Amino acid sequence: MIKEVFKKTSVLTDKPFHYCPGCTHGIIHRLVAEVIDELGIADNTVGVAPVGCAVFAYDYFNLDMFEAAHGRAPAVATGIKRSLPDRIVFTYQGDGDLASIGTAEIVHAAARSEKFTTIFVNNAVYGMTGGQMAPTTLLGQKTTTTPQGRNQELNGFPIRMSELLATMDGAVYVARVSVHNAIHVNKAKKAIKEAFMAQINGLGFAIVEVLSSCPTNWGLSPNEALKWLEENMIPYYPLGVFKSPAEVD
Amino acid sequence: MSKVLMKGNEAIGEGAIRAGCRHFFGYPITPQSELPHYLAKRMPEVGGVFLQAESEVSSINMVYGAAGSGVRVMTSSSSPGLSLMQEGISYMAGAELPCVIVNVMRGGPGLGNIAPSQSDYFQATKGGGHGDYKLITLAPASVQEIIDMMAKAFDLADQYRTQVMVLGDGVLGQMMEPVELGEMKEVEQLPKPWAATGLRGRSERNIINSLYIVPEVCEELNQKLFAKYAEIAAKEKLWEEYQLAEAEIVLVAYGTAARICKAAVEKARANGIKAGLIRPITLWPFPTEVMAQAAITAKEFLTVEMSMGQMVEDVRLAVNGACPVHFYGRTGGMVPTVTDVLTEIEKLAGGDQQ
Repeated sequence: MIKEVFKKTSVLTDKPFHYCPGCTHGIIHRLVAEVIDELGIADNTVGVAPVGCAVFAYDYFNLDMFEAAHGRAPAVATGIKRSLPDRIVFTYQGDGDLASIGTAEIVHAAARSEKFTTIFVNNAVYGMTGGQMAPTTLLGQKTTTTPQGRNQELNGFPIRMSELLATMDGAVYVARVSVHNAIHVNKAKKAIKEAFMAQINGLGFAIVEVLSSCPTNWGLSPNEALKWLEENMIPYYPLGVFKSPAEVD
Repeated sequence: MSKVLMKGNEAIGEGAIRAGCRHFFGYPITPQSELPHYLAKRMPEVGGVFLQAESEVSSINMVYGAAGSGVRVMTSSSSPGLSLMQEGISYMAGAELPCVIVNVMRGGPGLGNIAPSQSDYFQATKGGGHGDYKLITLAPASVQEIIDMMAKAFDLADQYRTQVMVLGDGVLGQMMEPVELGEMKEVEQLPKPWAATGLRGRSERNIINSLYIVPEVCEELNQKLFAKYAEIAAKEKLWEEYQLAEAEIVLVAYGTAARICKAAVEKARANGIKAGLIRPITLWPFPTEVMAQAAITAKEFLTVEMSMGQMVEDVRLAVNGACPVHFYGRTGGMVPTVTDVLTEIEKLAGGDQQ
């Protein structure tokens, strides 16, 4: 008797990911897709893809999808959700998209407590455009636009978006997770499910920040990159639930 | 049917509601503020959505989301705000999303002032944002025309899956005129099977997108868009002719400037000068044929704008050298007077007699 213990979720298309070897976008896509599958909402969900490495996310999610301009996914999602309030809407955004060019959009979507869910992938670098400094780049971290390492005098400090958004009354669920090992992948999935549940329950704006790796632009092997994430990113970007619906009640 | 006294900006809002629009996203800016004021009160009365965004950049992207969801949606702004929206409008052009964008123009460039102007003509009719695209631009000249034009604007947007700009100015936005509203009617709307609304049993996914990474495919999109624009140009040109028969001096003006010109033409005719007026109602597509036709018998063309001269370029292209095209304009929020225009007409008539 053969028992199936693992299979591809139908919420992802058959199109092979274009992501670099060792990039964790693939894992995060899969987690979002599994959650949508398990919640039984695929038929009623609309996703919004960002500009950046995940610009082709609409090719991978087997859902109705929008491709938004850089940083504007929360505004686009607002337009969708206000037009179709009974649909489940999510945005999938990177750190350049959400924490730099789209800071206004995400802050105000949270302030209005827009009833959609945001998956925020933070790999501390601009991936697609060539490894430039992101708002989340760590102090001392070398990128193509901080060749000597990020210097606070020149470049300012990294932004902790989850902590910032958790201060807002409109945010009902804010969590930071990581996908650098299997235990944390499972925790990440749990958080993503909570964020979608907050929307299904009509509570308001929910965001999950997922710490992710970029072996290509960090100049590390996939394994080294995961280790770097654990040792360097987690100390600055602590994991945990910053706000949950229970606290909001 | 009784008439009501209404401000131009309010008429835009009421006209939109009567056209079946139930979604408005915008950001305050003078001189169009009475429109969001009106809709903030009126939209909830008809079960619609009014949302004040955090910026013009956000409002146009909210429009993108709503338009892609298949609803009739509108935003409105004034010159500097429209500049901020250009990115989003270009994305909507690429994704072929129908919407109505209102621009109540003010003096510029930069922060300029809040006085009426027509200096966003290029931005409205030549694309405005990045890339190859155009949008239908409608230029009303009275509050009643605004009411009637809003239905046309939404219908054209849906029919061609394109963006329609209603281009007014501070005079039109602020003036009050009696209008006939007619009855509130259920509006018949085209189905939008392309909208991304959640699969809901559909097997094919709907993607709202303007990313065409392969040059051949991107060129194909541009060619498809321009075939559509050619169809619009062939079918949708609108203009008004006033005293055009046997006109020797043909004025061309739109919106508020056209109202001033109409009065100047009347005075010129009273003085024995054969003046006439062409008022483009669609600024794009531009009514070139009527101008080319008039240029055969006219002696002089005079374009009058509340700008340093933008539409005059299109008039020159339309006239194509058949007769001289002159320009008179005021800018920075200055409005030409009837006497100013009449003086220009008389100069041209006098010059002809010498």
